[in-house]
Amino acid sequence: MKRFFIFASALLLLSGCSANWGWYVVDPTMTSGWNNLKFMASGAYYTLGMSITAILVSVVVGLLVAIPGLSEKRGWRMFNRTYVEIVRSVPVLVLILWVYYGLPALSGITLNVFWAGVLALALSDSAFQAEIFRAGIQSISRGQYEAAQSISLNYRDTMRFVILPQAIRRILPALGNQLVYMLKMSSLVSVIGMQELTRKANELVVSEYRPLEIYTVLVLEYLVLILIVSAGVRRLERRLNASDT
Amino acid sequence: MPIISMRNVSKFFGDFQALKNVSLDVALGERVVICGPSGSGKSTLIRCINRLEAHEVGHIVVDGTTLTNKPADLEKIRSNVGMVFQQFNLFPHLSVMDNLCLGPRRVLGLTDQEARARAMKHLERVQIPDQAEKFPRQLSGGQQQRVAIARSLCMEPRILLFDEPTSALDPEMIAEVLDVMTELASSGMTMIVVTHEMGFARRVADRMVFMDKGEIVEFGTPEDVFTAPKSKRFATFIKQILNH
Repeated sequence: MKRFFIFASALLLLSGCSANWGWYVVDPTMTSGWNNLKFMASGAYYTLGMSITAILVSVVVGLLVAIPGLSEKRGWRMFNRTYVEIVRSVPVLVLILWVYYGLPALSGITLNVFWAGVLALALSDSAFQAEIFRAGIQSISRGQYEAAQSISLNYRDTMRFVILPQAIRRILPALGNQLVYMLKMSSLVSVIGMQELTRKANELVVSEYRPLEIYTVLVLEYLVLILIVSAGVRRLERRLNASDT
Repeated sequence: MPIISMRNVSKFFGDFQALKNVSLDVALGERVVICGPSGSGKSTLIRCINRLEAHEVGHIVVDGTTLTNKPADLEKIRSNVGMVFQQFNLFPHLSVMDNLCLGPRRVLGLTDQEARARAMKHLERVQIPDQAEKFPRQLSGGQQQRVAIARSLCMEPRILLFDEPTSALDPEMIAEVLDVMTELASSGMTMIVVTHEMGFARRVADRMVFMDKGEIVEFGTPEDVFTAPKSKRFATFIKQILNH
């Protein structure tokens, strides 16, 4: 990890020597550069806020959609299939536009940019979460259900105390993936005017006219956020695994 | 009056008939050992008693309650009928103590303290009180199966079903599990045991049931069936088992 950072910064510095680069726009030693950096980084608050809210919503919705998918009744399974197939075939960007511009016309409910973004991201992700949960729950052996039944646990308690705790441990890497994906997809919410990282960078490019440098910083911003998230997920995985080995 | 009464029970898996018109009564406190070749329907038979499998034809009455799909009846029967599985089926993410306390807490409504006290009592009975805070993976197979027995006992059932409890164990661990089961039998627990351990059957069983191709072919006291088997199929089976 450390070596990777040294390598990446060396590469940037070297290329900075070329005449085409103008690092002054984001040079922290200069007042204007420092202000530009602060301006760009201020978007992180919304990128993180939106992604984390959306992932929390989509995990809950995903679980609620996954459970009927495991039912023996055909009607419930059909509900699950229909939801998953329809929701996951809508491109995230289209969903964002639809929720922000379309939903108010349809329902009379106007959402602000933040909540429209959260709703669209969460909805889109929930179909994937549903499939992840379904796979995780299905991977738990029948013996676990039978043991729970033999001590007379009802379905809810079986899920809550026996099946889900085991399923979640198994799907943790996939959930981590979705969180990373969510952080990246949140950049699309910039199109409806959300002041998150990408939007901030776009605005700065318009005033400074230095796309190469500014977007490079943007890339690094996402990289740092995602590396932090990945490390967090890995730590959680280790902790959960350590508790039962 | 028998505590378990099965009348003309049939069970199908698709086209395959796993149980053919089986009738069996078990009295309170009786120990019944079921044996038979694999695929003979012996596991299916005991799995019908706590409705892990639903029978299609016939009647099963357990402790005065007729087996149907009514959730209230099912809950009542299952909290009265414990089951021990071949593969133990302990909950791997829970400590031994939590494995034991889950049912008493959530189903019987015991407080944390009561459930733990009960769990310790039964862990002592299966002789592993010192393993309470470990996780199933840290235990040997024999210890895991004894935890599974203790988990069933914590529900204080009137009947215990054993589905080949020693078949997944290394030979040196079979004895410790059979010892626990023998102790249970001598305490008067009603037990139905599917097993190939003929020594155990001879020692403990009040009655032997031999099944083949979904039917009860032979039953009687161990003494009778071992010394004078009535059917040729059972005689052959016994010979194969004892001479392997």
